[in-house]
This record gives sequence, structure tokens and C-alpha cells, in this order.
Amino acid sequence: MTVRTQVIPESGVKTAVPALEPLLLEIHEEGRAGRHVRGGEDADAQIPAAFQRRAALSLPELTEPQVVRHFTHLAQLNYAVDTGMYPLGSCTMKYNPKINDRVASLFADLHPRQPQSTVQGALTLLAELETMLAKLTGMDAVTLQPAAGAQAEFTAILMFKAYHQKRGEGAKRRRVIVPDTAHGTNPASAAMCGFEVTTVKSDARGNIDLASLKTALGDDVVGLMLTNPNTLGLFEERLREVCEAVHAVGGLVYGDGANMNALLGVARPGDLGFDCIHINVHKTFSTPHGAGGPGAGPLCVKEPLRGFLPKPWIVRDEQGRYHLDTARDDQPPAGLGDSIGRVRTFLGNFGVLVRAYTYMRTLGEEGLAEASNDAILAANYLLAQLRDSYDLAFDRPCMHEFVLSAARQKKLGVSALDVAKALIDEGFHPPTVYFPLVVPEALMIEPTETEPRETLDAFAAAMVRIAERTKADPASVKAAPKNAPLARLDEVTAARNPKLKWQRPT
Amino acid sequence: MNKNPYSSHTDADRAAMLQRVGIKSVDDLLTAIPKDALRPKLGLPTGMSELEIQAHLESLAAKNRNAGAGPFFLGGPVQRRYIPAAVPVLALRGEFLTAYTPYQPEVSQGTLQSIFEYQSLICELLAMDVANSSMYEGGSAVAEAAFMAVRTTGRKKVVIASEVYFEFRRTVRTYARGPDLEIVEVPTRDLASAAEGAACLIVQHPDAFGGLVEVRRIADAAHAAGALCIQVTEPHANALLEPPGALGIDIAVGEGQPLGIPMSFGGPYLGILACRFGLVRQMPGRLVGETRDAHGMRGFVNTLQTREQHIRREKATSNICTNEAIAAITAAVYLALMGPEGLRAAARLGVAKAHALAHRLSALPGCSVSTDGDFFDRFALRVPRLAAGPEGSGYALRNALLVDNVLVEATAAHYGDRDDLVIQCTEMTTDAEMDALVAAIESIAASIRETVTAR
Amino acid sequence: MSNVPDDLKYSKEHEWVRADGDVVTIGITQFAQEQLGDVVFVELPEKGATVRQFSSLGVVESVKAASDIYAPISGEVVERNVKVIEKPELVNSAPYGDGWMIRVRLADKGELAQLLSPDDYRSHIGETAGAGGD
Repeated sequence: MTVRTQVIPESGVKTAVPALEPLLLEIHEEGRAGRHVRGGEDADAQIPAAFQRRAALSLPELTEPQVVRHFTHLAQLNYAVDTGMYPLGSCTMKYNPKINDRVASLFADLHPRQPQSTVQGALTLLAELETMLAKLTGMDAVTLQPAAGAQAEFTAILMFKAYHQKRGEGAKRRRVIVPDTAHGTNPASAAMCGFEVTTVKSDARGNIDLASLKTALGDDVVGLMLTNPNTLGLFEERLREVCEAVHAVGGLVYGDGANMNALLGVARPGDLGFDCIHINVHKTFSTPHGAGGPGAGPLCVKEPLRGFLPKPWIVRDEQGRYHLDTARDDQPPAGLGDSIGRVRTFLGNFGVLVRAYTYMRTLGEEGLAEASNDAILAANYLLAQLRDSYDLAFDRPCMHEFVLSAARQKKLGVSALDVAKALIDEGFHPPTVYFPLVVPEALMIEPTETEPRETLDAFAAAMVRIAERTKADPASVKAAPKNAPLARLDEVTAARNPKLKWQRPT
Repeated sequence: MNKNPYSSHTDADRAAMLQRVGIKSVDDLLTAIPKDALRPKLGLPTGMSELEIQAHLESLAAKNRNAGAGPFFLGGPVQRRYIPAAVPVLALRGEFLTAYTPYQPEVSQGTLQSIFEYQSLICELLAMDVANSSMYEGGSAVAEAAFMAVRTTGRKKVVIASEVYFEFRRTVRTYARGPDLEIVEVPTRDLASAAEGAACLIVQHPDAFGGLVEVRRIADAAHAAGALCIQVTEPHANALLEPPGALGIDIAVGEGQPLGIPMSFGGPYLGILACRFGLVRQMPGRLVGETRDAHGMRGFVNTLQTREQHIRREKATSNICTNEAIAAITAAVYLALMGPEGLRAAARLGVAKAHALAHRLSALPGCSVSTDGDFFDRFALRVPRLAAGPEGSGYALRNALLVDNVLVEATAAHYGDRDDLVIQCTEMTTDAEMDALVAAIESIAASIRETVTAR
Repeated sequence: MSNVPDDLKYSKEHEWVRADGDVVTIGITQFAQEQLGDVVFVELPEKGATVRQFSSLGVVESVKAASDIYAPISGEVVERNVKVIEKPELVNSAPYGDGWMIRVRLADKGELAQLLSPDDYRSHIGETAGAGGD
């Protein structure tokens, strides 16, 4: 690890405390500037004095060479898919193809309010993507608006609410059911729609407990939110019975498609009982995670839910031209109808959706099916190598991911968190830890299909080494990481005394 | 040969892995899947080589008219702005673009410090205490700000000005269906008197028609009634106008796309959300905070995470997980490069051009500026009617201009009983574009007069 | 072995109650703060607020978790501990002392009888009764 002092040698800059890289504020000097845009001085006279800015515009003053070095240094502190494997369960950190980035730039200079006749290529792409996603999932209609899986969940539960209201049951239906393995966004989305959340436990085989579910069901239920394969990486063994039980009380079944990478060409959620499903294109369809976003969360629904989808809808006319139905250039616009309205300003994260479209067209049906097949095989291959060193949460073949428990290691004083930090020293990003909540000291591992076998073997060997070190020298595991840019950070002080922006010296 | 060009597994690899697992094929693992649903035919097209897919996307792109391909006056909330060359070079580096959410801070300091700097820069620009690390985009950011106000005050009525972008108001209405909020729309001039019993007043300044608004008066009225005041703002305006933090605003929101992010037909964008410190625990989304590591080195971490869904679940301040981090990093790079002088220059050029253009257009017969009062870098323009009835509206003029490849926005479809054009200028607007717009409207206006005289 | 003082009463949700006439002091137990880890924030009701037995009266947060604090009894809040709001670490270092949370005037003394004795609470958290030992 490079030892950094308060004055960082190559910049000569004194930082407020020892640091890896100065803040922009610390390399600022009055009078430094670029010259990217200049002019417009006569504008000041156009703004009445009462509106003019009196508060100082205290942004840092820097030159371009400084800014380039600064952000290049910062980039070099990051782990990324481009630098190594991320075995993060339910995140599907597969390779991000560069052709996807290149073609996205072909559409960079299109304004979302342009007349529809001037964006036929963009609308065609979106319509084709909707069709492909519907075929992939066995659904009938799609919205591309949601910017993420969580926004898709919110959209769908709002649609469920509207569906029940239209049938005169809006006041009656107040509860959404989730399994105890649900991702936190599921209950959060239900709560945003004004619903209560009932949690149903999982059974001894890692499925949602059917008997408990039936007890929890009633005619006050809006629906069930279910991930399949679930967050334990397991395919629900009584899935159709689960969906039938929900339908029997008049409820709907929402599919959280975070784990779709196990199902491409393997099975369609629409054939299994789901009424709708969202897709995370930044997981299954290779769009880059962007250090936290953006992604996109298309929502695919069965016919009975079509009318509630957010408008505007993309409509194709007999001449093969595309329009937005609420803003047609040539005819009066269609009304809102049953649609819940828009969940965002424009049609969707187009720049992300182009990447997903390009990926799907590159792989084609056979390539997508091969991806899921390889993902499932890679996960089971890793599982076979790790099941002796760690506890296995549920002893069943997994789909594209699996969950281990570090309970055995915890008895020796080494937690899942310690294992994670030790993996950093082995050169790997840790897997997901402490999720799902039902497994103590959980380690959720998903290799994806784009890691070479040598990398999978190296990861397994590293995990086994850590298990060995836990027995021989647990203190060394607890002291990790030692080979990262920083050692463990004090999150307690960060929460007790939040410092959420830099402070200018007074 | 693999059907998936990004998988490294050869048939030999697969055979070895199958053997290690102890199965003959992957199908042996799929016994939980109902037989009739297993391995369906999807009906998707077959795959393509990279060369072929590039050609295909180029053919789709050829069916679009790019903004810069002709006179262009569409604007807010998404704007055609100058993006310095260094912005994508830095912000779209693979170490940022292909990184994951920084849950392991020791190996994510690039992301975390960049976002901390974004938060700091936004606070300085808007004169606010704290900014989060991004929302999806402007419209849903306004909705989540309204939710913050509802949680804070315990009231369920949200009052929003009709001069807020129509897409933002519609998004708020959709979001409001969740907690069954009452949404009341009033003209900006009536906002101050509508505060009674409201959770918040939402004002846009500059408004959808570029109009400058006396925000302080509205904020005072909100506070006097126990409500919060939310301002919809835009980044460049704050280079020249008094920022929300100096106007008594509790929560500032807006679309951050103009900060170096391409227009990209609707997204991905950048939802800006900033507030005063007392509201920080009600904020949705991630927050990056400064701390030290075990050796006393400065570092950055996600903090106050107990607000978020992965811990608080149904009691979280929002369900947001994936956000627009790369867009936030892009904005930080843009602001660092442009600095105060560059940002001021870009803002000033837009204002100067808009005023010069408004002056020329309002001299044309039948044309007049229809923004109430002073405007910033866009304005509404009343125009001669092409004919009687709805076909003669500003929408028809907008279509007539389209024939000349000139792009402007017409309000008739979306702003109640308005019937005018909205024209946006930025530093990218050229003299040639302005000449073309003036000439085009002038010639259309002349042909109307001829038609009228001819009758 | 958790510290379970014998002069207090307890709830299943890991709150303790010290009764003093018709005003009680409420906090969370040592077991609870151990489970939570370092406390970073405590949210408490204002003086004058009403709390209802078994309803949430506030939240105690660590870095990785947020737990509701459930009212063991009903009544009116007569005081809240400003020190623990300013220094949440007191919940960890002195859960039964300076880490106390609110004082409530009892609405119904009968509710005290529904609380757990120290031995019952020890069983509840899976530890045997009796003093001494490690």
C-alpha cells in the first residue's frame, strides 16, 4: 500500500489530513481556469438586479491538466469489472461489451422532445426492445420507463393498486406479501404505494413456505412479490402452486427479475404463473453498473395489466412508423385511460436501453440461452469447490448463484465481513455479505458466465485459503485488508458526525 | 464456437466443470422447473458479429435527425449544452463505468471521493447544506422531495405551480397515487396564498417559460403556514441567479443533465436533490460521508444507510437502490473543468442570445413575448395563427417550421389553455440558427398575410 | 453473560423499566445494545407526547441496523434524555445509566405487572438465572 502523507509528493499539495488524493478544494487556486466556453458579458444587463446572484459562486478554480490528473488518480483507486471479478450474488457482474458503449453515442444528440418524425430510428429501437423482452419473459406488453428495478417495482405495485381499484376492490386490498428472502426494495416499494407488508418465512428447502403463504393470504391481499430463482439462488420448487394460491384470492404475482440471468432460454416467467416481471438490464443484459447507476428496469406484463402501463405508449401505425400515443403529431392524442401516468419525465434511460438492445441482438436467442447455461454451470462448479470449507445454507443444486454461511468461521471469531476483507487482499472483490437475512453470516456468490475457468479456480482457491487461515491464524484474517488503498474505515464516526461535503476554511 | 462471444468457456472447460459437479448436463440441475415450461423457443433473432451490429445500429441512427443537424431551440429540462472534451474521457473511464456500488469502500475510493466532490459542488452551486448522490432524473426527484415534505409535516396536500414543467407535474401526480396525496396545481402568482394545510409549495425558478420568480415571498408564505418550500431549479441558472439556499428553500431539486451529460433521447440523466441539514435523515438515496481508516487516512464511505431500503426495508425513506452515479461523477468532472467562470460564461451566452432573439422575433408582425415578466435563457412567444380553429394553433406553426428543419416547442398540447411556442437558447445556439428561425417565422407570417389579403 | 440488573423490569423487545412512583424511566438492555453494535443515532419522542404499550416510541440506529424502541407501558413523556441524543454512544457504554431514553408518567400501573422479571428476561435471552460466573 502506498504510504501517503499530508503533502502528496507529486502534487505538492497539503491535504487537511493524510489522504490518498487531494480534494478539488485542496488543489484549487484563485485565478486558475480553463477556457472551454467564453463570452456573454452583455447578459448581466438582462437580469434585473433583484434576481442576480449575490451569494458567492465558490466553485473550485482549476486548470484542465489538474482536473485530468485528479480524476485519473481517483479512477486508479477503484476496483471494476474491467479490472477483476465481482462474485456479487444477485448483481450479475458480467462483462460490459465496449461495442455497446460505442453505439450508444450514435444517439447522444437526440432531444427527448423532438417531433416524432425526427426520431423514428430511436422509437424503432425501443419498440423492438419491448418486443424482444416480451418474448423472452413470456409476457404481452412492456414499459421501458423505469430507471431501475426499484422504480419498476413501484410502477408495478401502483398498477396493481389501479387494477384492484378498477374492480371496485381498492379499499379492501391493503397488504402486499413478500418472502423473508426478499430484497429490501420489495417491501420499500410496497410501502411507497401505501400498503402494509406481510413477510412469509422460507421452508427447510429454501422455498417460500407454501402453508405459511396460504395462511397469510386473504381477500385483502394486493399481491405477492417473488424473486425466482430466489435470493438463495434456488428455483422455487412449488412455484405454480404458489402463484395459483395468490390468484385464488384475487391477488396478483409480481416477479422480481433480478435473477433473470438463470432463466434466459431456460424458462419464461409468464409460463410459470407470474403476472408481470421486471428486468434489470444492468444485471442480465450487460449494461455497465456505473459505480451505482444508471441502469434500467423494464417492466413486462400480461394482457390484463396492459391498460395500466405508464404512458406515453409507443404505437406502430400501418405504414410502419412509430408514434407516442399521448403526443401524436398528426392526430389528437389519446387520453390517459386506465394508465397510471408517467413515472418519469421521458421514455426511459435510452442510453442504457440501447446497450441492452445491442447486447441482445449480438448474442441472439442461442447466445442468450448459452449465457444462462454457462452461468448456472459456473455457479455449481464453484459450489462444488467451496462446500467443504464453508457451510452451505441449503443443500440443493443452485441456479446461477448460491449462498454460503460463514457460521463455522464465526465460531472461531471470524465473521463474513472478515472473510470479505480478506478476499480483497487476495485480489478479489468480495461477494454479497449479510444478505439474504435468513442466512447467518451469509456470503452470496454469483460468478456469471463471463469469468474464465482459471479465474473461477483462483477465486475458489482464495476462499479455501481464507478458511484455512481462519483455523490457523484468525487474527490475520480480522486484520484484513492490508493490500487495498485503505484499511477498514470508521463507519461509526461517519454516521454519528456526518460530514457530507467539504468545508472551506473560514 | 461459442454462441455467446463474451463467454470464455470452451467445450473442454464445460466438460471439466460438468465432471467436477458430477452431472452429465446442466439439465440435470433443472429438475425443479416444470417440464412443459423448460427450454421454450423464444422467437428472438439470431446473433450478430460486432461488425454487423455496428452497421445495424448505424442504420437505425440514420433514421433520426440529430439536434445539431439544423436550427434547434428545444430546451428545459434537457438542454443542448457544450460538453468539454475531457468530460467523457474522465467520467467514462472503465474504472468508474464498470465499477459496482461502493459497498466495499476500501476498493472504491475513486467512486466515493468523486461522489463526495459532486455533493460538495452541488451544495456550493445551490447554496444548500447537503446534496445526495443522485436520484433518477428531475421529475421523480420532485416527487421524492414532495414525499419528504409529507413525511416531515404529516400533511398530505402538495401544492405545485402550473409553470413547473408539465412532465414533472405529471410524474408527481403518478407518484402521489402511492400514498394517496392530494395534488393541487395553481399558477405561480397564487402559490403564496395556497399554503394553508399544505405539506409543501413547489415552485420552479426559472419556470417552464423561462420566467423569473420571486421565490423568497413564496418560501416565507410556506413557512408561515407550517409547510416546506421546494424549488425546481436548473444548474446553469444558479451561476447568475440567487440560489435556492439564499432564498429560504428547504429542498432544491432539478434535472442535472446540462452538466456534461448527453441528451440521449430521454436518459440516463441526473436527479439533483439537496436540502437543509435538518432534513438529512428524511433524504432518499445514498449519501457519501468523510471519515478516516484504521491508520488515520482520510477516506469516504456510504453513510446514514439506515435511511435506505437494504436496512430499513418498508420503513425506508425511499425504495431507491440503483441511482445515476456515473451521471453524478460526470457532473463533478464538468463543474471542475468549467469552474465558476466557464459556468457563468455558458449561462450568460444563453441569456444574451435568448434576449437578442426575443427582441428580433417580437418585431415580427403578430409575434410577441408571452412569458410573464423577465425571463432567463428561454421565453414563450405568441405567434400568428396559421388558420382558424385548433389546426391554426402554435402546434401547426411548430409543424410548419419542422418542414424547414427548424425545431421549436409548442405549448398547446401540454400547458392547459396556453397556445404559444417556447424557445430555448444556450451557449450552443449559433447566429445562423437564430437567423434561420427569424427568417422562417417571418416567411410563414408573410404567407398568412397574403392568404388573408387574397380572400 | 449479559448484565441484567435485578432492580428493573423488562419487556420481550429488550427494553428495561425503572419504576419510581408513577413515573418510570425506560431504556434498552445491554443485550440489545450488544446486538446493535455501535449506536450512531437515537430518535425519541418529544416531552408531552403520548406513548402506547407495545407501540413504537422511537428508533435506535447503528451503522448497519435500525431498531424500533417499543413502549413497555403507556403514558405521557415527561422527559427525554438530551445527553443520549447528543452522544448516542452512551447507549453502548451505559445502557442502564446515562444511556436512559425517556421518562414516562404511567397511565395504568397495572401494565407493570405484565412486564418480565429479571429471571424471566434472562430466560428470554437464553441465559440462565443466577449470579456470578464468568
